[in-house]
Amino acid sequence: MDGADGLNWRAEGIAKGIPAPIALLAELTHRCPLSCPYCSNPVALAQKSKELSTDLWVSVFEQAADLGVLQLHLSGGEPAARRDLVELVIAARKAGLYTNLITSGIGLTEKRLAELDAAGLDHIQLSLQGTNAEVADRIGGYKGGFDRKMMVAGWIGDIGFPLTLNAVVHRQNLHQLPRAIEMAIEMNARRIEVAIVQFHGWAMANRDALMPTKEQAQEASRIVQEARVRLKGQLVIDYVPADYHEDYPKRCMGGWGTTGLNIAPDGEVLPCHAAQTIPSLRFDNVRDKSLSEIWYRGTAFNTYRGDGWMQEPCRSCDRKKLDFGGCRCQAMALAGDPAATDPVCVKSPLHQALQKRAVAHSQSKDAEMTYRQQPPA
Amino acid sequence: MTGGLCSTDIPVIPRGVRIHWDRVREKWVLLAPERAVALDPIGHAILSEVDGQCSFGSITSQLAEKYGAPRDQIAADAGEFLRGLMNRRFLEVV
Repeated sequence: MDGADGLNWRAEGIAKGIPAPIALLAELTHRCPLSCPYCSNPVALAQKSKELSTDLWVSVFEQAADLGVLQLHLSGGEPAARRDLVELVIAARKAGLYTNLITSGIGLTEKRLAELDAAGLDHIQLSLQGTNAEVADRIGGYKGGFDRKMMVAGWIGDIGFPLTLNAVVHRQNLHQLPRAIEMAIEMNARRIEVAIVQFHGWAMANRDALMPTKEQAQEASRIVQEARVRLKGQLVIDYVPADYHEDYPKRCMGGWGTTGLNIAPDGEVLPCHAAQTIPSLRFDNVRDKSLSEIWYRGTAFNTYRGDGWMQEPCRSCDRKKLDFGGCRCQAMALAGDPAATDPVCVKSPLHQALQKRAVAHSQSKDAEMTYRQQPPA
Repeated sequence: MTGGLCSTDIPVIPRGVRIHWDRVREKWVLLAPERAVALDPIGHAILSEVDGQCSFGSITSQLAEKYGAPRDQIAADAGEFLRGLMNRRFLEVV
């Protein structure tokens, strides 16, 4: 698409110290049979009619590989809701990308998994809403979902796909964490991601229902530490702690515009999946510009690159290269300013109030869950 | 699991892990689930000998001959490197 210009943008990027991206999260669709109340999709979901065509996605994968992307994550919504999923995997592998499918399992049949195997799919990441049907189906808002997922996990194992189990945990299912780790072993998964819900997107509306207690958060960290030692060489455990209860913020996206990028179903290119919550940012679309131009020159990517945008206390902080002042979307949501210090940080003037609020959310009784809805047709 | 490998162990790069030439950064990388690990020339040389057939003992002999280095030293370094990959589930032994 941009051949020589692409090289020029890269040369310009190198001169400015902008690295090439490693990972692309392709949100193929926002459609999903589940309606998890912590879904990371934006509250304003992209319509099916606005989704990128097969050809455009294929072009995007080729451009991504030319740009330096090594890892492609096919996500959603539920990516299996795309009828052209197998075709997209073939194209991604042809472009030389390591291709990972992030799925709830719903929509995958034994036949379709065999087709994905033949297409060269490298790895599957299977989400887990709970460790039994009662909890999982209630959280996912989909009756029969857990039993179906267990069938799909069996087929994944039979084919021999490398598997990561992705357990999203919160106040209502953290007691099931030890069982989730056992299930990963039983499924012969090589990895488990234990992710305590991060409060963006739909989860923001569900903080009363989902916020873990501080004791639960500490217990989760203890369980993960113990399991990492016990299962060394057998199961790799990646862990996302409950950051409202922490003293330092997460190293969001490994640095804004340094490592990864997201493409929304309608082709908007985002520095992270929640970036559309920052109203001052303008996003480019792969329908209008090459991915290379968007990565190196797009204003949304350049706004929070480096540390020139930082305010105090971040600007003079010795941790600024460790965590980059935390999450820009969280600064927007909690401090009303995307360039502020993430209020999770102990140095933020809002830190103490946030910790009190986290305790209040976690002690809320009988909070109703607001389920994620479906995108308009 | 710590320490190196036994000379009879046969290391295998499992499904879902690939050695890949990164043409943009012009270096070898090991691609694995959710990870891309840059390989230095030594790491690349060791993994290039891993074919799922050769034992660790014969791999160290081949490397010692190819690079004119003491076999014990190679066995220690390569064993530590491969054990590190095993702990991350990027390598298996049979």
